[in-house]
Amino acid sequence: MRISTVILGAGHAGLAMSRCLTERSIDHVVLERGEVANTWRTERWDSLRLLTPNWQSRLPGYRYQGDDPDGYRTMPETIEFLERYADLISAPVQTRTTVTSVRPAHDGYEVVTNRGTWRCQTVVIATGACNIPNVPAIAGAVPSRIDMLTPMNYRNPAQLADGGVLVVGASASGTQIAEELQRSGRPVTLAVGEHIRVPRVYRGRDIKWWMDKTGVLDEGYEEVDSIVRARNVPSLQLVGSDDRRNLDLNTLSGLGVELVGRLAGIQGDRAQFSGSLPNQCAMSDLKMNRLLDRIDEWATDNGLDGEVDPPHRFEPTRVETSPPLGVDLSRIRTILWATGYRPDYSWLDLDVLDRKGRIRHDGGVVESPGVYLLGLPFLRRRKSSLIDGAGADARDLSGHLAAYLDRAASGPLLARTA
Amino acid sequence: MSTMTAPVDNGVNVGALLEAREALTAMPEAAQFSWRATCEWVKGTHSRSTVERFFGLGQEQSHRTTYQYDTDHPEIFASEDNGATPVELVLAGLAGCLSAGIAAVAQNREIQLRSVKATLEGAMDIQGILGIDPDVRNGFSGIKVKYEIDADATPDEIRAIVAQSQKRSAVYDVITNPTNVTVEVN
Repeated sequence: MRISTVILGAGHAGLAMSRCLTERSIDHVVLERGEVANTWRTERWDSLRLLTPNWQSRLPGYRYQGDDPDGYRTMPETIEFLERYADLISAPVQTRTTVTSVRPAHDGYEVVTNRGTWRCQTVVIATGACNIPNVPAIAGAVPSRIDMLTPMNYRNPAQLADGGVLVVGASASGTQIAEELQRSGRPVTLAVGEHIRVPRVYRGRDIKWWMDKTGVLDEGYEEVDSIVRARNVPSLQLVGSDDRRNLDLNTLSGLGVELVGRLAGIQGDRAQFSGSLPNQCAMSDLKMNRLLDRIDEWATDNGLDGEVDPPHRFEPTRVETSPPLGVDLSRIRTILWATGYRPDYSWLDLDVLDRKGRIRHDGGVVESPGVYLLGLPFLRRRKSSLIDGAGADARDLSGHLAAYLDRAASGPLLARTA
Repeated sequence: MSTMTAPVDNGVNVGALLEAREALTAMPEAAQFSWRATCEWVKGTHSRSTVERFFGLGQEQSHRTTYQYDTDHPEIFASEDNGATPVELVLAGLAGCLSAGIAAVAQNREIQLRSVKATLEGAMDIQGILGIDPDVRNGFSGIKVKYEIDADATPDEIRAIVAQSQKRSAVYDVITNPTNVTVEVN
């Protein structure tokens, strides 16, 4: 089968790219291992809602039309939202198609699947940033009587045995699951490393509204000091809920969650934590206040001070004078590793990976000509990993892709092996 | 207002540090360092440690000169007090590391420092090292560091520099996280 472009993945990023290619009349297919929005169907816990308000999930030619713009989509709503988009744009999605290899061919690329092989000039990788849970190697030292889960196979508290839970990681997944498990009656210890604290609502508006309006989310990958650092920033401590509550460490310690430092090691029946918790919390509070300062400045500059609530600051994170440096694992029944994810490129037979297994690219333009990447944190701009960021990235990269196809059509292609 | 503003100079060559970071990103094997010390027992609790050579950037390196540090115990432990106690040297190492970091971070953020003073206190229950109570650890039960910093910056900017310095400090990491230690006898 021959085609100009193969898009891998029918999530929001792949669909946004499909729409952009259709606008440019570039023939393409979207290959999806499961159904549209597969990850949202199969790899998320029950209570999860999007961290972004409904109005914010804007995709090319599509936006929220309902009567609750400030609400947060549940998983079924998110799936339905993306299904409707796929229908609306008539995306040429081929579901139940697992890609087993993408490799160079003499005039482009060969995409091998369980349902045949495609030959194409360009490939768009939109398979997501969260394919494999990043469980640290010390998990191997955990005594076998302790159950281990990740946010990918966690569904709800009933899945866990009674007893203490150690949640490792205090970003969006870790804090949400820690809260839910603590409320279920299981005493939770939360190991906290670097984390990003933000309020859900500030001066009467959603933090995402402020980040959108002030241009924070539009900052480009060539504008920031260190793109490596920007791409590794953990997810915000946020939850989407009807009561729009904050989910910071103060909320959690108020519920009785025990806060400890980053998990540093497991020695026999003892987990050891870093003594860096006070600094991790101080850094996070300072960073939050810098964001709020920026918001306040912007509000004043744009004459909004009369319209929104007055500026204020939140209570600093409360840290015990001497947080525990270890726990006896005999009181832990389950460990939940909320330590992030990484992409799976095991099917990618192109010489484009760096020594840490990441694809080498410049704002989504992969080193191998005609290959593009979408939907990774800070790919081209701060919002690149959001549903709301896929459109701008897909527009930029579809322009690059179209120019590449034009050049290829107008002259002999230079050897790709150069 | 028209004042002459002198360029920020904390005595840190940030340009060279940033260049080194870039070079080592491309050549991670050159980033493998090994720090060394030798130590010779003098008498009683008095020992003398020497540092001179280290390995890094793919080859043997050495300090501008040889440095020696005497360690001993104070007279209340019936010792001669010929130098700092080893745990005091740990505090000195932590302070030196954090203060160097503060200077570098401030330089990178173009903040002029005028004075940086640290006071450190490591609390210790010596029932641990004396073997009186097996539940008491040998090491510090906690370390408190207090900085007094005079700089051209807001209090939050200064706090952010100190926080960033902790985040990138080797000695802070050595103290706050476990490290495998192997001791052999030839």
